[in-house]
Amino acid sequence: MVIIMIKTEGLYFRYHDEKDEEKYALKDINLHVTDGEFVVIIGHNGSGKSTLSKLLNGIYLPTNGKIYINEMDTSDEALIWEIRKTAGMVFQNPDNQLVATIVEEDVAFGPENIGLPSSEIRKRVDEALEIVSMTPYKRKPPHHLSGGQKQRVAIAGILAMKPKCIIFDEPTAMLDPAGRKEVMKTIEYLNKKEKMTVVHITHYMDEAVNADRIIVMDEGQIVLEGTPRAVFSKVEHLKRIGLDVPQITQLAYELNQIGYNISTESLTVQELVEALCQLV
Amino acid sequence: MSISIKHLSHIYDYGTPNETIALENINLEIEHGEFIGLIGHTGSGKSTLIQQLNGLLKPSKGTIVINGLNITEGLSNLDKPKKRSRGEQHKLAKARRLKLLEVRRKVGLVFQYPEYQLFEETIEKDIAFGPTNLGLGEQEIKVRVKEAMSLVGIDYETYKDRSPFELSGGQKRRVAIAGVLAMKPEVLILDEPTAGLDPRGRDEILAQIKNLHNKNKLTVIIVSHSMEDMAKIANRLIVMNKGKVVFDDSPHKVFKEIDTLEEIGLAVPQISYLARALNHAGFHLSDEIITIEEALEALKEQLPAIHPIKQSLKGGKA
Amino acid sequence: MLRDITIGQYYSVDSSIHKMDPRFKIIASTLYLISLFIIQNIYAYVLVITFIGIAIMMSKVPVGFVMRGLKPIFMLIIFAFVINIFLTPGDPFFKWGFISISLEGVERAFFMALRLILLIVGTSLLTLTTSPIELTDGIEYLLNPFKKIGLPAHELAMMMTIALRFIPTLLEETDKIMKAQMARGADFESGNLMSRAKALIPLLVPLFISAFRRADELAMAMEARCYRGGEGRTRMKVLKYTQYDLRGLLAMILYLALCIVL
Repeated sequence: MVIIMIKTEGLYFRYHDEKDEEKYALKDINLHVTDGEFVVIIGHNGSGKSTLSKLLNGIYLPTNGKIYINEMDTSDEALIWEIRKTAGMVFQNPDNQLVATIVEEDVAFGPENIGLPSSEIRKRVDEALEIVSMTPYKRKPPHHLSGGQKQRVAIAGILAMKPKCIIFDEPTAMLDPAGRKEVMKTIEYLNKKEKMTVVHITHYMDEAVNADRIIVMDEGQIVLEGTPRAVFSKVEHLKRIGLDVPQITQLAYELNQIGYNISTESLTVQELVEALCQLV
Repeated sequence: MSISIKHLSHIYDYGTPNETIALENINLEIEHGEFIGLIGHTGSGKSTLIQQLNGLLKPSKGTIVINGLNITEGLSNLDKPKKRSRGEQHKLAKARRLKLLEVRRKVGLVFQYPEYQLFEETIEKDIAFGPTNLGLGEQEIKVRVKEAMSLVGIDYETYKDRSPFELSGGQKRRVAIAGVLAMKPEVLILDEPTAGLDPRGRDEILAQIKNLHNKNKLTVIIVSHSMEDMAKIANRLIVMNKGKVVFDDSPHKVFKEIDTLEEIGLAVPQISYLARALNHAGFHLSDEIITIEEALEALKEQLPAIHPIKQSLKGGKA
Repeated sequence: MLRDITIGQYYSVDSSIHKMDPRFKIIASTLYLISLFIIQNIYAYVLVITFIGIAIMMSKVPVGFVMRGLKPIFMLIIFAFVINIFLTPGDPFFKWGFISISLEGVERAFFMALRLILLIVGTSLLTLTTSPIELTDGIEYLLNPFKKIGLPAHELAMMMTIALRFIPTLLEETDKIMKAQMARGADFESGNLMSRAKALIPLLVPLFISAFRRADELAMAMEARCYRGGEGRTRMKVLKYTQYDLRGLLAMILYLALCIVL
């Protein structure tokens, strides 16, 4: 049986301080994410993707429509902590989500809030740090770590709450390439090895290549949805809404435009090399 | 406007156990009108170098001469202030300040996330901060603010009295860049000007910088992590690692060094990887391909001419 | 560089003093401070010096490190010494103009200075052997009984933790903004007091805006991690009294008894 981890039904959202009654940050979002799926939500700044992530965690509540996390309604106040335990969230700025002055104390913050016994917290903290490969740094203060390392500590802090699903709200936007790589590796590991449901929000297209499904947002709506291959091949559409495609896909698209019979669904260097070899 | 850097070294916490060498014997000559990409991973010394160029850090050794002005000289006069009389100290402090202003008038430095430095009530006042510090007259300041705003594509009349904090992220950043441009620097240094922007915001900023370089003949040094962007706009790349310059050449030449670059934690544009893989598979492409356009041209020559039937088939499908 | 500033002055080594429970150390330090004000004679001072000397030795913190805490108040000690030496009434053994020095004055000045030094050394030893996080925990536990009269013990401790966590971040930020404004010709170094204060506006406004933004984001992140105040919260590290505290307790009782006797 397929478990629906995240479901939104006719979701509309308008910010409280928005004076324009008609201006919705999110319009008619109908989303299904199944257990174990790796979904990437892509859109330019202001497309509503970050707003959506904050709704999924119960930080904002829908203006209209419903959101269910593992069948729990986010607008039900009695369930809010259960929902946050089920769907953890990692934010953009690595500095502004670490609370404690020592790495392991920070990872313990979530489990402490849930009220677990101390031996259980200890166990979970050690496990979580092991998964993100930060065990050697467990006694270090966060400000001695690199951006990528801090972000991994933040991920460990969520893992220690044993969620079923993690929502990543642009976790790589402020990192350098090395940090981005570290964090993406961790995210993919969580999905593949730990069987975690992952919703990853980003504007870097290359981070979406390994996703099961890509959802493209623009102006508060879902405008494209499908496998990376299907979505990336819509080069024109993506460009129109201000997004990039990987260079490989772009080149395949341009070759195709000038008449070469080549699929625009190539995602990797290897795929395009094979496709080109067949032309010769 | 030429920059000449000779034997430049910088050591943090010199003489303490925490001593770290940030720059080691850097020698660079930068000509007027160059567009330079400065790349290297975090901690490679690039931030230290650009702060040196602006007089924010004093080098441990070596000199930087910008258009005949030695900017590394006369900054350290206050090192032993106790041995001087008050009047003398005062005079030296003033001389030092004038010197630094002169450096900053020549070299404009835009930090990473420059929007976090905005502080005034209105956009006009904020952009005027730099020129005011230079001691310019009111009329001149106004002219410069207008000019700087038009350079970054923000309409003066519409925006001058608005608060900078009402703007979107990309607009804030452009206002902040205008704040440096209003000082009319001859060299513009930008530290990751596209960090955190989405593709559209990134393209806008890069186009404006390129435009500044072309039209206003500014020498531009841009620190970036994006090899794709650098391949597109820079005409010279300086690659740093562990405080040293590893490569200093045209992007075409630098991106040939795929293995060395990867060794020091950097990469080349994806298209260069493709060109290399294609050559392994039997194609004969130049090893200096770094942009999609170049790849496209080269491939057109190597692939069999487009068959008219195929073309019509394709047309029929569409 | 700014990021290397250590907050507090915790000296991380493994010693029996380090292993003591922070609650015990806080109480013991308080008692020690009180003892400094009840002792009267030279024998008692010898006792205090011996006691704190042994404690320093056991803590494995280099003496020089402990003494570093004296630097900032060195002038104060000198001042207290001089004031006492001249202003204590008594039999003058030295007279020159209006200046007179009595034996009582020398004695009092000496003890006063010694008392100040011992006070600083004692508190330094506490902060050197107890990490900020342990200190906060200890304070939270000790304040717990006062919750009943409305003292927000948990909230105070949480505020301390967050402050400690964000001090290095904000220092780094201050450095960045300062440099960015200096690149725009700002001058933080010269001018009179008024113009210097005015020069701080371009630094303080962005710094406050950033601090508020951080606070906002942190609050959101804490909520997302199920934070809902101290109620029902548990701790990973539960403070426990150990044999080290027992030994410390015995030493403390002996010390206090001797103080009273002398």
